[in-house]
Order: sequence, then structure tokens, then C-alpha cells
Amino acid sequence: MRLWGVEIGKIIETAGAWLLGALWLLPVVFALWSSFHPAEYSTRFELFAPLTTENFVRAWSYAPFPRYLFNTFILVTLILAAQFVLCTLAAYGFARFDFFGKDFVFALVLLQLMIMPEVLLVENYRTIGELGLLDTIPAIGLPYMASAFGIFLLRQSFKTIPKELIEAAQVEGVSALGILWKVYIPLSKSTYIAYGLVSVSYHWNNFLWPLVVTSSVNSRPLTVGLAIFGAPESGVDWSIITAATVMTMAPLLVAFILFQRQFVQSFMHSGIK
Amino acid sequence: MKSTFQLRYWNHINGWLLVLPAVFMIGLFTHYPIGANIFHSLFSMGTVTRPEVFTGLENYRYLMDDDIFWKVLKNNLVYSMCTVPASISIALGMALLINRNIKGRSLVRMSFFTPTVLPMIAVANIWLFFYTPEYGLFDQVFAFFGGDSHNWLGNPNSALYCLIVMVIWKEAGFFMVFYLAALQQLSPELKEAGLVEGSGGWYYFRRVTFPLLMPTTLFVMVNAVINSFKLVDHLIIMTKGGPDNASSLLLYYIYENAFSFWDTSYAATLTVVLVFILAIITIIQFTVVEKRIHYR
Repeated sequence: MRLWGVEIGKIIETAGAWLLGALWLLPVVFALWSSFHPAEYSTRFELFAPLTTENFVRAWSYAPFPRYLFNTFILVTLILAAQFVLCTLAAYGFARFDFFGKDFVFALVLLQLMIMPEVLLVENYRTIGELGLLDTIPAIGLPYMASAFGIFLLRQSFKTIPKELIEAAQVEGVSALGILWKVYIPLSKSTYIAYGLVSVSYHWNNFLWPLVVTSSVNSRPLTVGLAIFGAPESGVDWSIITAATVMTMAPLLVAFILFQRQFVQSFMHSGIK
Repeated sequence: MKSTFQLRYWNHINGWLLVLPAVFMIGLFTHYPIGANIFHSLFSMGTVTRPEVFTGLENYRYLMDDDIFWKVLKNNLVYSMCTVPASISIALGMALLINRNIKGRSLVRMSFFTPTVLPMIAVANIWLFFYTPEYGLFDQVFAFFGGDSHNWLGNPNSALYCLIVMVIWKEAGFFMVFYLAALQQLSPELKEAGLVEGSGGWYYFRRVTFPLLMPTTLFVMVNAVINSFKLVDHLIIMTKGGPDNASSLLLYYIYENAFSFWDTSYAATLTVVLVFILAIITIIQFTVVEKRIHYR
């Protein structure tokens, strides 16, 4: 059956997709609405309600959000840098060298895919305490720096690099680390971008472990700061809490909207074995 | 000229040197704590005046009699059994819709995927307001149809399900991405062959597309189950496990024991149970799942 030259099935399909899409976006739209309007409009949806940035100004002044933002930024950068170094070296070892106990060690590494550090927070808290690192930014990052997921992804990518290229480099007398630096890493750029995006989103949003190991403004990331700020006992106005919520998610959300395709491709890439 | 023996010898050393830093760190924050958890679960809780004492399986005996533990475990099973199938089927539906050539496709894809990039804490804040009695979005919709106000999160019968609905919304778009990737790899010739034989859309999906997506479904399922045991951020904002532990999950109960009640040895005991559950999931994945799927 056709209507105005378009198949009816197609119309239903499109309408369904749009409806579901709208429903999925609703919570975000709602958060934006109530953060940009005075408190009395946070549940009254009038098209011409006055816009305001007052909520953001007040949230900004009630809690040290600039500091939280800075902490999160440092945290995410630190983790990513450490992950790139540790995972690259390990992935290179697993992909190109035959050494004693390799398969067994690799299986041990993969265990981390199933049992993530946050599950073991009781003992990891104890370890961080014994290292004297409680309430520091490195403490939040340490358990995640050697990432089985990163090693796995990079190893997969390294394994696809043709042997001829490596042999050509060897003939020219390039050292093992030189080959890694000049051949493997440049040819795996897309994997690094994919892994980087996944890692940054994960650690920007991570909450339980940072909550446990931090206890002061000096190390708290945005998510923990937001949770303390938004706790019901803090007595802060709803609109201001939403403004703080929007501030917490804005950087990633904006990055996502700008690089939508890259984000989706990266998450896709990371799921394919 | 180096001998082959020397070369192989260097292979061993270089290989080990390369993997050692990462392996050491993973050992320190994954394998060591697993062992330490088992060890500490065999001791009583030490206090300032009384050192910890070896008590054998005493903590496990306590656990067997702990009604809250059983309640939390049951909650977690209900939570997994609702969120996993629901978010996976919605994810598949989304991927199938987007894979068709519809108008505004990239916009729709973006909106499905948006919850994935949001912090769970921010999401919980927003949904907390949806569930607010009288003023929240849900009660306003109900009031519009002449319904009463509900204390969604304050009612032990609905609190857990409120969390479930939210988590399905949060995770479906993430799982959709894996289905999209898989659908793009299905060959278009297959579709043509199916249509030439005159099979209808549903028949084609049931007999061709769905079976071909099986590896993806299993991969997503394992991830979804693991997530349902390791992600409890929203509880801290929305319900604190309440009312009366009606919405508490295993990891949240561990967190409470360790950092609110400071009973670290019981928290260690509970962690052993959680690791055991995750280990079973892992074993299922490696024996059943990996054997059924053949990767290229």
C-alpha cells in the first residue's frame, strides 16, 4: 500500500523510529529545560517561559565545580596516558614475541575484563591506603591504568599488520622498539582513537571507586562532587542541581554531538572481536 | 650472526619485559585483591582493642543466615533478569530501525546513543526528579489521566522496578551499537536471496537475520549481565538501596558494609560471593558461548 507515493510500511517505520528517538532524548531535553529556566518553571512547560543562566551561576558559586572539573580533566588525561604506554608495550609483547608462559599470562590478563577493579573495592582501598595514596588523583586512576581491554584491542590491531613490513624494517636494522614506534603505532591510529574515546567516556563518568578513595575537594572528580552537591540532605534547589548535572555531562555531550560518527564508530570498533 | 638459540632467548626476555609492567599492575589490582578477599573473609573484624582473629568459615555461616544478603541477591537476580533481556531486545529493535533507510537516521541514532555518554550519576539525578511524588514527570502524566500520586522510589514494591526502567533506557543505545556493527557485516546478497524466495520480513528476520546475529547477542548478553552486577552508582543517588533494602544490589551491599558499617571482613566475604558469580559467568562464556560461535 502506498500513500502520496510512499509505502505505508515505510511511514510507520519512520514514525516509530522518530517517536522512540524523541522518547530517548526526553530526559536530556528535560534537564536542559529545567536548568535554563527559573525554579517555578521546572515542571511547568510553557513555550515562552523566561530563560535564565542564574541556576548555573549559583551552582558554580555553591560548590567548587571549577576544581572538580580540573580534577576530572587531570584524572582522565593521566589514566589515558598511562594506559597508552602500558597497553602498547604489553600488546606488542603479546602480539609479536613468543615467550615462556605467554598464553597463560594472557588468560590471567583477560580476567580483568570480567572482574573489574570496582568490584574489588574493599581490598583495593586497603592497597591504596598502604601505598599512602588515599585521597589523591593517582589513587583513582591506578587500578585502571593497566587495562586488559586496551591490551586486547591493541593486540588485535597489531596482529593485522603484515609481516612483510616488519621484515623490511628489520632488514634496515631498525630495533624492536623502533619497529613498534615507526610501524605498529602509526598503523593502529584508528584503534588508539577508538580506545581513547571509550576510556575517556568511562573515566569521565566513573563514580563508585572515586567516591570511595577521595575525601576532599583536592581530588574529587566531577561525578563525586555532583553526588555530594545533589544529595537530598544538601537542601539545594532542584533547578540548581539540574544545572550542576548539565555542567557535569556537558563536556562529553558536546564532544559527542560534534564527533557523533567517530564516537559511534569507536564504540562499534571496541566491541568487535 | 646471531644463532637461532640466541634469538629465541631474546624473544623470551623481550616479550617478558614488554608485558611485565602491565601484568604487574593487573596482578596488584585484580589478582591480589581476589586472593586477599578470600583471605580476609576467614577472619573476624579487628577493632582498636581487639585484633582480628582467624574464624574459619564463621563469616560464611553468618552470610547464610543473613536475610538481607538473600534479599539483595534476589533483587540482583530480578534486576539482571529484567534489564538484560529488555535492553537487548530494545537494542536489536533500534539497530534494525536504523539499518533501514529512514529519514533523519543519524539524528535518531544520536538520540539512542546519547544516554551512553552520560554519567550514571547525572542520569540518576534527572530520573530522581521524574519519580518525585506529585511534581515529577511520571506523576504529572498520571495526574493528567486522573491518576493518583505515587511514591515511586519510596514504595518497596516499585523502587527496584523504577531503577530497572532507568537502566534499560541508559544501556539499550550502547548495546545497539554492537548490533549495528554486526548488521553492517551481513551480506546484502543474502537479503536479496531471501526476498527472491518470497519470504516475508518477519520470517526472514526469524530464520536468517536473528540466527546470524547470535554471536553478537551472546557477546552483548555477557556484557549486560556483568554490568548488572558491577554498576550501582544510581543506588547511591536514588534509593540508597531502600526502602528496607528493597532496591539494594550486591555490590551496593558490599559498599555499605565496607564504608558505612566499616565491617570489612563481612564485605570481603560478600565480595568473594560476587567474584564467584562473575567467575561462573566467565566460565559459561568460555565454555558454552565461545564454542558455539566461530570467529573468523
